[in-house]
Amino acid sequence: MCMTHAEPHQKQRLAFALWGPRTASLLVLLFLGLILEVLVASGIADPSIVAAPSEMLMSLERLFTKDNLGAAFLITLAQALSATFLAMLIGLPLGWTLFRYEVLGRAYRGWLAAMFAAPLVLLYPLFLVIIGRNYGTTITMGVITGSIPVALYTCEALHKVSPTLLKVGAAFNLTARQTFTLIQVPAAVPDAFTGIRLGLIYSLVNIIGIEFLIDFGGLGRVVSTMFFRYDIPGMYAAIFFIILISLLFLTVLKKVERWLRPV
Amino acid sequence: MTATLEVRNVSKTFESDNGDRIQALAPANLGVKQGEFLSIIGPSGCGKSTLFNIIGGMIPPDSGEVIVNGVSVSGPHKDIGMVFQEESTFPWRTVLDNVAFSLEVAGMEKKERLEKARHFVELVGLTGFEHHFPHQLSGGMRQRTAIARTLASEPRILLMDEPFGALDEQTRLLLGDKLLKICDALKQTTMLITHNITEAVQLSDRVAVMSYRPGTIMRTIDIELPRPRDSELISTDKFAGYVGRIWEDLRMEADRGMKAAGEA
Ligand SMILES: Nc1ncnc2c1ncn2[C@@H]1O[C@H](COP(=O)(O)OP(=O)(O)OP(=O)(O)O)[C@@H](O)[C@H]1O
Ligand SMILES: [Mg+2]
Repeated sequence: MCMTHAEPHQKQRLAFALWGPRTASLLVLLFLGLILEVLVASGIADPSIVAAPSEMLMSLERLFTKDNLGAAFLITLAQALSATFLAMLIGLPLGWTLFRYEVLGRAYRGWLAAMFAAPLVLLYPLFLVIIGRNYGTTITMGVITGSIPVALYTCEALHKVSPTLLKVGAAFNLTARQTFTLIQVPAAVPDAFTGIRLGLIYSLVNIIGIEFLIDFGGLGRVVSTMFFRYDIPGMYAAIFFIILISLLFLTVLKKVERWLRPV
Repeated sequence: MTATLEVRNVSKTFESDNGDRIQALAPANLGVKQGEFLSIIGPSGCGKSTLFNIIGGMIPPDSGEVIVNGVSVSGPHKDIGMVFQEESTFPWRTVLDNVAFSLEVAGMEKKERLEKARHFVELVGLTGFEHHFPHQLSGGMRQRTAIARTLASEPRILLMDEPFGALDEQTRLLLGDKLLKICDALKQTTMLITHNITEAVQLSDRVAVMSYRPGTIMRTIDIELPRPRDSELISTDKFAGYVGRIWEDLRMEADRGMKAAGEA
């Protein structure tokens, strides 16, 4: 009796716990948008610097039909995915090497961590000169920024493998190779994937940033085009779209990560 | 074919990073006969896991030797199966795939190994949970998965380090019953490490009592209770007598352990 009473109540609480924060953050966004709208409409905010949210949303359609925002998205996506793929080809073996050869690990992990924190985007003029204003430069920057977290997290993940699991392997008389493929690799997958997720996000961000800086490629170029056209609502619309895409990326990757690391 | 185990003058001293030396094992001597169930009991921190790891070939002893079937060994031995004190199931494998692990390594065909693994899953009472992952199980069920995984490799000598350490008393007794049945069926030589006196008496042919650090075997006590046994045994006077005797031996050592911990 008591249980049946409590259940719907608990379900409500659960629903609130799940939807409450989302609704709350959505409301805050709507509220901030409303304030911005009022500020621009009343002339307090200069419309040549800030676009009214309503105008921004309306230019989104124009961006798709006239300025090929959809194609730009696919171009950036293709670059980010190929950059991440290459970052994995470099980062995974590099992470393993730093794990396997302790001297190398001790010597270079600090460097990698420092590079992870550095604004590597500033290197772009160098590649612009060497490679030119083409996909080579954008993808190279994506690969460099992406492979650092992949290598760091892979190395960390291999170090973190439970010594007890390794003992289980030893107790079953596994060879070094069997221990690697049957225990170390599967145990390291969830943490290494965190590095791959970060690598993908980093290369995406850097590729878009460089597209903007060199006015070339996909999404970043659209922002830069709008900027040079003094199309302020269009520019904000493109930025808004990029934020949406990033959120989508993040959500999907988090889902995959949760699936890899059941608690 | 015999499966005997002998520990001769095995000692071990650990050195910590700041240079402190901890003598975990004073020279310890011990023999386990073919088909015998021997328990090692001792206060926490007396070097039980250290002894376990040395016998299993996980760490080398400073002195002395481990003799399996009359031959001195160093490193892991194919006749020895180990169940560890810490969490040791593979979280990325289901119960069935965990249990089939050693068979898979040995190259057994999939159908055959799963069939065999199912048998051991049943033996530890996990039927119905074959396709669960470890995180979907209770601690006791995970430990039983680990036991089944080791049993599936059919070791002639089974070493277990407090496999029921983290369990409540009721579950521990029931699992003890299961283990008794399994050992009666498989008849392997078994060494169980525990700090639970009831468990030691319930399961063993012989109980070895260890002293506090540096650990050494103080005394071994033959448990002359009829087999097959089950947990009903624990309400008998004879059982209580054994528990009392072992507790007497242990009390002093446990006391020393507490005092040492207090000073540290
Ligand atoms: N790798 C190690 N390095 C340094 N000291 C260690 C190491 N392993 C164990 N020791 C020390 O050796 C002593 C014995 O440890 P051990 O794990 O064998 O005890 P135990 O009897 O298994 O204890 P418990 O019942 O709590 O599991 C402890 O004081 C411990 O701190
Ligand atoms: Mg221990």
